[in-house]
Amino acid sequence: MLTLTCPYCGVKAEETELAPGGEAHLKRFGPGSTDDEYESYMFARKNPKGVHFERWRHAYGCGKWFLAARCTATLEVFGTYPAQSKEPPAELIAAIKAKRPGWEGYK
Amino acid sequence: MKRYSVFAIAREALRYHEGWERAWRAPQPKSAYDVVIVGAGGHGLATAYYLGKNFGITNVAVIEKGWLGGGNTGRNTTIIRSNYLQDPSAAIYEKARSLYETLSQDLNYNVMFSPRGLLMLAQTHHEVRGYLRTVHANTLQGVATEWIEPAKVKELVPIINIDGPRYPVLGALYQARGGTARHDAVAWGYARACSDMGMDIIQQCEVTGVRSEGGQVTGVETTRGAIACKKLGIVVAGHSGQVAEMAGFRLPVEAVALQALVSEPIKPCMDVVVMANTVHGYMSQSDKGEMVIGGGTDGFNNFTQRGSFQHIEETLRALIETFPIISRLKMLRQWGGIVDMTGDRSPIISKTPLGNCFINCGWGTGGFKAIPGSGWAMAELMAKGHSPLAADFGMERFREGRFIDESVAAGVAH
Ligand SMILES: Cc1cc2nc3c(=O)[nH]c(=O)nc-3n(C[C@H](O)[C@H](O)[C@H](O)COP(=O)(O)OP(=O)(O)OC[C@H]3O[C@@H](n4cnc5c(N)ncnc54)[C@H](O)[C@@H]3O)c2cc1C
Ligand SMILES: [Zn+2]
Repeated sequence: MLTLTCPYCGVKAEETELAPGGEAHLKRFGPGSTDDEYESYMFARKNPKGVHFERWRHAYGCGKWFLAARCTATLEVFGTYPAQSKEPPAELIAAIKAKRPGWEGYK
Repeated sequence: MKRYSVFAIAREALRYHEGWERAWRAPQPKSAYDVVIVGAGGHGLATAYYLGKNFGITNVAVIEKGWLGGGNTGRNTTIIRSNYLQDPSAAIYEKARSLYETLSQDLNYNVMFSPRGLLMLAQTHHEVRGYLRTVHANTLQGVATEWIEPAKVKELVPIINIDGPRYPVLGALYQARGGTARHDAVAWGYARACSDMGMDIIQQCEVTGVRSEGGQVTGVETTRGAIACKKLGIVVAGHSGQVAEMAGFRLPVEAVALQALVSEPIKPCMDVVVMANTVHGYMSQSDKGEMVIGGGTDGFNNFTQRGSFQHIEETLRALIETFPIISRLKMLRQWGGIVDMTGDRSPIISKTPLGNCFINCGWGTGGFKAIPGSGWAMAELMAKGHSPLAADFGMERFREGRFIDESVAAGVAH
């Protein structure tokens, strides 16, 4: 069972307390964008087999959205961080690189 | 290939069953083929089969990283139905269902198709309205389904509790010619027929790269060397994103785990398939007597082919009210498969940015029932560049906003 620590309230929450919210750090495109940009914002997802950055909500806890780095091939969790982050924090990236030397890094 | 028949059984019985042949060859990969199909699941094998049968294209290799049928084809709960709402879906699923009717004869391999009847329970008023609408749509599409009242449901499924306080049974969408088939046998039957036509099914061989030149695929790299091809078909379900990336394009597909479980075998107690979409559970009884139960998907990307306990709990908790008999059953096994979900929950049978490369994926939680129809359409698309059955399933539909919206119609799809 997946366990994530909420970066706001510090609670170690398991899957049933959390609501998954899909890929993190999507760049939103709206009116004025090209068809390509809009299509890829709506539907194209990284869907990696390995390191992935996601949105989660502490649904049955503090109710806030946060972000998590997780391996989709092993379910290992690398860490969580606040939803206000533009990209994953440098320490987290370094920690993932230490564990997954072959990883091409955050793109 | 020696044909299977009652005479063959008699002949072998008289000589200690020593004369059975291997069902398919295990060849070394050649350096080039006219067509390479990546993925020996049901859809990949059916594509190869209809390329040969309908178009005479037999210089074909089907390349599989594990063993054939070891992906979702060998992990699913084998429900076959075609009671979909939208015309393009009804057309391809009904084509598949009708091919299943004679598939054993066609392949000379018993796929144990069992059109035992299928009920989709309506347990909320919303579902009642939805299914009545589906019955009308199916009538127009020429798919035989009917709406049945609770008393008829009880007659068809004596073990059901129709007046559960939380999930009463208000009726059902009934497809009398829906049912099940033996999942492995479907893959094995197609594999044997393909091998018999001279096609190479290459197992334990993973595609690791796609070679292209000037917008055309020239071949694939595999763990057993490079293989050139004139046309490439990618049919790898949960790994579609990975193989598409090798070919240099992205897909509107995400991989999640879907799981199922079976109980200990019991005496025959239910001879139809029952789906309860409100509670995300579905059940049938296998020929061995096990209750085969399917549940919901994980909500997050997952490649682990495992399930999670809370989904089992959720599924069983809800099913127990409708089927009180299962509360005392021991569950024997549980497993997961990685399903490929698209943005509109409908499949993709499509051309790709590479001219001679085609993709068939996105069957998600419900593609076993579609195997013959999907293979039929994909073979036509690959051979002729166009297939009426596949026309609406092109991936440009996401860009054009032309969705085939079935998840709303069915709540859960499989
Ligand atoms: C638990 C569960 C229950 C289900 N229940 C139903 C049901 O009741 N009814 C229904 O209609 N559908 C059901 N489905 C869905 C159905 O199983 C799938 O839609 C269908 O089997 C997909 O077939 P496929 O041939 O596309 O994929 P698969 O059978 O998964 O085949 C894809 C193959 O590609 C291979 N592959 C992947 N990457 C590579 C590579 N790089 N190189 C070479 N080979 C590769 C894989 O090893 C695999 O064998 C269920 C699925 C699951 C998991
Ligand atoms: Zn919290």
